[in-house]
Amino acid sequence: MSQTFVEPSAPAPGAVIPREITTEPRFSDRVFRGVVTAGGLSSLAILGLITIFLGYRGFEVLRQEGFNFITSSTWAITTDDAGNVVESHFGLAAMLVGTILCSITAVLIAVPISVFTALFLNFYAPLWLKRILVSVIDMMAAFPSILFGIWGFLVLMPSAEYWAKLLNHYLGFIPFFHVPAYYFTRSPFIAGIVLAIMIIPIITSVSREVFSQTPLDRIQAAYALGATRWGMIQAVVIPYGRGGVVGGAMLGLGRAMGETVAVYTVLNIVYQVNWHVLFGAGGNIASLIILKFGDASPYEIKALMAAGLILFLLTLMVNAGADLIVKRFSGNKR
Amino acid sequence: MTTSLIPAPTRPWVASPKDRLFDLGIFALALVVDFLLVVVTPMKGKLAYVLVFAIAYVTLSALRQFIVRGTASAKDAFVSSLVAFGAFVTLLPILSIFVTVIEKGSKGIHLGLFTHDMSMATPTDPLSNGGLLHAITGTLTLVALALIMSVPIGILTALYLTEIQGRFTKPIRFLVQAMSGVPSIVAGLFILSAVLYPIAKNYSGFMGSLALTILMIPTIARTSEEVLRLIPNDLREAGTALGGTQWRTVAMIVLPAARSGLVTAMILGVARIAGETAPILLLTGGGDKVNGNAFNGPIGSLPYYIWKSFNAGSPESITRAWAGLLVLLILVLVFFTIARFLGSRKVAK
Repeated sequence: MSQTFVEPSAPAPGAVIPREITTEPRFSDRVFRGVVTAGGLSSLAILGLITIFLGYRGFEVLRQEGFNFITSSTWAITTDDAGNVVESHFGLAAMLVGTILCSITAVLIAVPISVFTALFLNFYAPLWLKRILVSVIDMMAAFPSILFGIWGFLVLMPSAEYWAKLLNHYLGFIPFFHVPAYYFTRSPFIAGIVLAIMIIPIITSVSREVFSQTPLDRIQAAYALGATRWGMIQAVVIPYGRGGVVGGAMLGLGRAMGETVAVYTVLNIVYQVNWHVLFGAGGNIASLIILKFGDASPYEIKALMAAGLILFLLTLMVNAGADLIVKRFSGNKR
Repeated sequence: MTTSLIPAPTRPWVASPKDRLFDLGIFALALVVDFLLVVVTPMKGKLAYVLVFAIAYVTLSALRQFIVRGTASAKDAFVSSLVAFGAFVTLLPILSIFVTVIEKGSKGIHLGLFTHDMSMATPTDPLSNGGLLHAITGTLTLVALALIMSVPIGILTALYLTEIQGRFTKPIRFLVQAMSGVPSIVAGLFILSAVLYPIAKNYSGFMGSLALTILMIPTIARTSEEVLRLIPNDLREAGTALGGTQWRTVAMIVLPAARSGLVTAMILGVARIAGETAPILLLTGGGDKVNGNAFNGPIGSLPYYIWKSFNAGSPESITRAWAGLLVLLILVLVFFTIARFLGSRKVAK
């Protein structure tokens, strides 16, 4: 078949002028891009607004207390009959210590269990079991925190108190496990266990993800050289996934620091600096806010806002660090 | 015809009957040791049985491998059982939570629960008085409002990360991640300081759902981003090749293709916030009556109801709290299961 090609000639007078070819986005596209970008920037806006508003509300207290807000450990306010503030001292140190104590305990308990679980899921469990377990653990991450709190208080507490007594009995000579008075109920240790249970799912899923990215050729190389399964894990998987596990643990730490209701329910909140993990007194910033909020005067609420700001910045830092570590170690790095 | 030797493949790694017998023997032996130790020594309780059994089993199986095959194999056996035990420890609290909630919660479940509210009942009333109606409707209202606000923002964020990929892609991904770690109480305080005190001046459901929105956006954004990433680029290119603008391509091709995945993202978001307690305590004001107006007056919700009943302390109210927990747990599980089911086919054919 032959075809005749007609040379394009100059348009006859009155003919349609061919449209201009351009890479300029159309109006609809420009609107679309604008709207989507605005939506995308909302997370920036929200985080910024949180900082600004909590800072603005807490400013007065922060200025009055200065650095003492972090280092001193009294939380007291006196008002006269008319509701005017006579005297106030706000220092967050006791609750900061409590926050760190509870969350570190939680991470120390949760990390080994999570790593074992992740290894089991990736390298030991048969496929059907792996599927079920992954669903169940993901589901656990969606459990409401008040459920963990009430369960921890009513079900876990008696057993955990018994473990705490055992620990104290046999390891009481270590200052960390020492108790100033024989009182084990509602201790940071028990809160730590509850928090550990709450953060196991997230640490497990991050570790599992990182472990599953181990290059297959290296795994097979290890087997080909005659390694046992543990030998392979030790030589290949752990060096490869170590950073990811650290990142996951920090992510868990961030969650544990901000947890409110579960800690409030389980812990005996006492405003004092307590480093003894087994002793039944402590608190964290979030639970302080819930505790004091109900009958706080307007000025105390400002102090609580400032406390919220500190908590926010603290978790933001931990999370950002965790994110960077996970990213750095879970890329396609060889 | 050659009847000669075709060597049968040997599979030396498969456990022989003898190995299986030994495994069984070790299991039984560990049980016996476990029983004896717990009975003889002052250790008590179910958990002691579990722990001692684990230690006995781990030691015995490692010992056997050490005798048969040597050190490396012993370490391997040791780690194998340790790792399985770790997974078991992870499951233990879930099982315990399930059993307790069902056992204690079912006592407080009756039909009136879904037709009455608590306005005419006090914490010490018998269980047949009062119900959950205000809490259930309240939670549904809060969740629906939060959903309406967070879905557009979440999906727009995901679209920005996958479709536009502009200058801010990396920082925004970072910020979304950071936002998912914002403690719920901080979200509550923020709404309190930014909206409730200066503008609304009153507890209402809307305030609560604003805080829930903040908590929900990152979940929706991240899940949607993963889903949108799975849409093959061919589809986008086909859309552009047919002369579609980016807006038409995204709206008519990409989003419909990702539909079920996006629904999964929403449901996961709902599961994440349905049981959120701290901001609800700060912002909604509770209330024992059914309140249909989310913009005015205190509104009850399941977490608030559970919190209040638990802190009331009487045996009846604690049973009420467990019943509330059971309902809440079922709600969350239903959402989660639907999300899983839809998520297993992330991209529509």
